[in-house]
This record gives sequence, structure tokens and C-alpha cells, in this order.
Amino acid sequence: MTTTSAPVLSLKGVGKRFGAVQALADVDFDVRPGEVVALVGDNGAGKSTLVKIMSGVYQPDEGEIVFDGSPVSIPGPKAAQQLGIATVFQDLALADNLDVVANLYLGQELTSAGTLDEVEMEKNSWALLRQLSAKIPSVRIPIASLSGGQRQTVAIARSLVGNPKVVMLDEPTAALGVAQTAEVLNLVERLRENGLGVVLITHNMADVQAVADRIYVLRLGRNGAEFGIDDVTTDKLVAAITGASDNAVSQRASRTAPKGAEA
Amino acid sequence: MSFADKTDERLVEDSSPKAMLEGFVRRMKSGDLGMVPVIVGLLIIWVVFYSQNERFLSSRNLVELLLSSSAIGMISVGVIMVLLLGEIDLSVGSVSGMSGAIMAVLVVYHDWSVLPAIGVALLAGLAIGVVYGLLYTRFGVPSFVITLAGLLAFLGLQLVVLGDNGTVNLPGDSWLIDFANFKFLSPLASYVLAVLAGLAYFGGRVLTIRKRRAANLSAPSVLSVAIRAALMVAGLAYVAYYLNLDRGIGYMPLLWILVIVFMDQVIRKTRFGRHVFAVGGNEEASRRSGIRVDRVYVAVFALCTMFAAFGGVLAAARLQSVAQSSGGGDTNLMAIAAAVIGGVSLFGGRGSMYAALFGMLVLQSITSGLNLIGVDAEVRYMVTGGVLLLAVTIDSLSRRARRSSGRG
Repeated sequence: MTTTSAPVLSLKGVGKRFGAVQALADVDFDVRPGEVVALVGDNGAGKSTLVKIMSGVYQPDEGEIVFDGSPVSIPGPKAAQQLGIATVFQDLALADNLDVVANLYLGQELTSAGTLDEVEMEKNSWALLRQLSAKIPSVRIPIASLSGGQRQTVAIARSLVGNPKVVMLDEPTAALGVAQTAEVLNLVERLRENGLGVVLITHNMADVQAVADRIYVLRLGRNGAEFGIDDVTTDKLVAAITGASDNAVSQRASRTAPKGAEA
Repeated sequence: MSFADKTDERLVEDSSPKAMLEGFVRRMKSGDLGMVPVIVGLLIIWVVFYSQNERFLSSRNLVELLLSSSAIGMISVGVIMVLLLGEIDLSVGSVSGMSGAIMAVLVVYHDWSVLPAIGVALLAGLAIGVVYGLLYTRFGVPSFVITLAGLLAFLGLQLVVLGDNGTVNLPGDSWLIDFANFKFLSPLASYVLAVLAGLAYFGGRVLTIRKRRAANLSAPSVLSVAIRAALMVAGLAYVAYYLNLDRGIGYMPLLWILVIVFMDQVIRKTRFGRHVFAVGGNEEASRRSGIRVDRVYVAVFALCTMFAAFGGVLAAARLQSVAQSSGGGDTNLMAIAAAVIGGVSLFGGRGSMYAALFGMLVLQSITSGLNLIGVDAEVRYMVTGGVLLLAVTIDSLSRRARRSSGRG
């Protein structure tokens, strides 16, 4: 796709250590505008740590972060937001007691004359949700009364409020049903169409193959492999994730396949 | 009809009176109770005491009721802020007593004029809250423990400030005592105020309606707002009329109510207020969305103890003296109970500033009513305890109902 344009966010040789555990070592990673990059890996491979470094929650011990061509440091979530890196966290991070508008603008409320500009925020909320073709019946109901997919939609829409350049989605489909997953994947594609760099962290290989343009595999805190979407198969991915072509998943596949053929 | 917020086909029409009533019933069932239990409770209490002694609802008694509610009610304003964060401040009683003592000692022993002395008392309250906030955010000590320690520590400090005599009497000719006991709005001023309140409400709503229409969002009709404003003026004017039969609306209760109205605007209409609700609802979400959570905690703890100090000053003015027992006894629990009875959730993120008004009126009505029918303190403690327990139970039950009906 747009592989010729310069990366909007790139990490070079990033490392992070927690006590005796080297969570990340010498990791390279970049995202270009209008591109969906999937970040996959087994539990404990360092995906979440990497995301937290990019969103300013953790500071890297070594390595360099380059945003829009210039080296930056991201000392906190606020700094990441101001740069233009938005993160949608796995556990949603919405305040259940507030309504949709309040959640969309949480931390970046619009004000006029010192008070909240509810009308402007509500208007923009509708525009934003329509741009994502999101189906939210009312923006004045508490988040708690929305379904899982709707909540995820709100969370993703919220990441767009500050006009970011990069959106990171941590396990966006983890708790969702079939239709809701499809809805969220549609959203991801719409983000790409709008020219955003999208980082998709997931366990779900079907999601990856459905929307990703490139795939990074993290393994034990290091760069495992990098694939373009056209030259990847589930087998290759699983092999890269687990670190062997002879693994539990492929063994199971070979055990069950003949049975399936007989039946 | 094609308002931007009314396009979804799943939306149920909700603007007719019948639909509004049904919506109200549905909200009640789903545990979104708001101020309803406390207002119903207040009516029941008033009917019961009125049937026991007609003097209970006399103008004289109601004027007195408001005067005696204001000091602790002011403390309650701060307690609500802390409860909205899902935290607690158990030391408001001690802080109020100590601040009252500081004010009184400065005025009486050091010949300060009243205003600067009040300023110092409020600053002392503010400083205590800042320390609480820092202890909470830097070291993660639970607010329960911090403020329990504060309860003892500031009780001790109050005794130190008061010195050997124990009781400090404020000079009888001080304007502060006048303000808290003998100053009342003139009847004309009270009616003007009622009309102004209605106009302010109407004006504010009409501005919002215009803005919403301009933004292609649905808005209530100007007529319905006008009706509400008229009802509001009529209600306030009737209250004013009834209180004017006796001495009228005291300056101190008026100040208390104005502070409540102002703080209500602060928590509902400002960024700071929005952040308080957000932190109370989901602290981690707030942090991740860039809200400086630590600052919110420090600011709220500081506001709470400052209002406690303010309440202490008002109590001193009302009683015309500060003693070792000032702010002791049931002050603490009354201030916290008023907030909880008024429907502020102990779990954070839910509640209204008007809880201070109605919760305090409930508690003070119980006190006043039991006094009138000649029942002593022991019964009052038990009744107040029972009402508090009932309020917390309603809070827990409505939380469960909200969970099961998906309203968080």
C-alpha cells in the first residue's frame, strides 16, 4: 500500500527492563500513515510493554522514538496525546457513570467562558460517530448501558477526538461477538482510509489477516519476524509466534486434520 | 424531525408528558434514584412530626431549622466532593472545631479583626486538606486512615489553640454573631431574590436551547422551560412568604444555599467538576485520558477541609463561642450522614450538591422534631443512626439495580 511514505512513528533499538526481567530488547517498529500494522506475539512476548512505551505509560531504558521525523521522548500519556498518539486500551478505560459525550471528551473537554461547552461537544460527538458510521442510539446515556461493541466504538471514537496521527488498539475485539468484531474491524479500516497510522495488538489471527497491511511478531521481548500481508499464512505466523514450526498448534492441526477428512 | 441526536430508529419518543412520566418510573426501577428518596423521606418526617406537634411546621420552627442546619450543612458541601471521588474524610468535625478555635483566639486574644481571622482559619483548613491529598497521592495511604489520624490530631490541636481556659467567647457586638443569628432578608429582598433565581434559570435554559437549535440538536420548548421557571419562582416565593411570617430567611442559611448552588454549577459545568466525577467513576480511565488525577485528589481534599473550616467558623458565630467540645460529638457523622442521606454514593462518581441541603434538612428535622415532642438525645442518636443505615442501604440496593439494568 503506502509503504513508500515515511513512517509517522518509529522505534529503534528500544529496550525495557523490569528488575531481573528484560521485557524488551532491541526492538524496532514503525508505522506509516494510512497503514494498519498488527503487533502479535504470545503472552509475555512484550506487546503490552511496547504499547505502554509508545503511549507514554512506561519510559524505555534504551533506544530511540522518532515521531514525524524528529526524535521525541514521551514522558506521560498526556504527552503522547499532544504528540498525536492515541491509545485504546484493552480494558476500555471508559468511565461508566458518565455519558457518551463526557467519555469522548474526557481529559480534553471543550469549554467556553470557563464552563463546559456541552452543545459543541455533543455536536462534534455526533459528527465523529457518523464519520465512523457508528451505531450509538443516544450520546446522552451512561456508558454502562451500552453493549460491548458500542463501548469499544466509543473508546475508538474517543481516540480520534484530538486528531491523532497514530491510533493504537490493544485487543480491540477480545470480548466481542461475531457481528461486533466485524463492526470494529470496519472501524479499523475507516481509520486507515482517513490516513491514520493504526497499530493493532491482538491474539486473533483472523483479525490480523482481515485488516492488517504488515505484521510484526514479537517473541520473548525481541523482534521475531516481519511479514507483509500478502506473503503470510496462519502457519507461518504461528511458527513465528511460538518460535518453531513443530509446535503445539501445528501438532494439533496435523492430528485433527485426517479425522476431519475421514468424516 | 431530523435533529442530529434523534435519528436513531431505536430511540423511543420521550417528549410527551406521558412518556416523561413513564421514563421517570423506568429510571426509578433501574436504580437511578437521584434525590427522590431523600425528598420523600423529608416529606414523611415532616408529616409525622406535624401530626405529633403542629408547631413543628410553624414559620418560627422552620426559620430556626434553617439557622441550625447551616454550619454542619456547609461542612457537608465539602464532604460531598470527597465522596464523589469515592473517598472519605472522617476529620471534618475536628477540623471545623480547630478552625473555629483559631478564628476565635485570633479575634479575642490577639485583637485581630474578624475577616482576617476567618481567612487564617480557612487557610488552615485548606492546608490540612493539601497535606491529606499529598499523603494520599504520594504514599497511597487510604483516606480512611489519614483522616482518622487527622480526627485525633486536630482535636488535640484544637485543645492547644484554646489554651487553659477552654472556652472562648466571641465579643457580643461582633458583626459575625449578628450575621449568624440576627440578620434576615427583608420580605421585599426575598421576593426579588426568588424572581431573580427564576429569571437566571430561564435565561440560562433559553440560551442553551438557542445554542442546541443552532447546532441542529433537539431541545425542549421554550414554553416548557417558562412553565418550570414560573413554578420555581412560585415555589421559592411561597417558601419566602412562609418564612417571612416569622423572621424570614437568615443571612447564614442564605449563604449556605448560595454556596450549594455555586458548587453545584462547579461540579456539573466545569472541567474540574467533570474530572471529579470521572476520577470517582474510573480512576484508571481518567489517568489514561490525561487527567491529572493526583491534582484532582489534592484539590478535593483541600476543598473539603476548607469547607469544614468554614462550617467551624459559622458554628462558632452561631453559638457565639468556641469550646473544647466544638466540632466534637456528632458533628462529623452528621456532616457525612447528610451527604449520604442526600443520595451521594459512597462508591464514588454519583451524587448532587443539593444532597447537602436536603440531607441536612432531614437530619435537622429529626433533631428539631424530637426536641419538640420532648424526646432526649439518646433517641435522636438511634433514629439518626437508623436513617443513615437506611440511606446507605438504598444506595447499595440502587447500585445493584443499576448494575442489573445496565446503568452502571
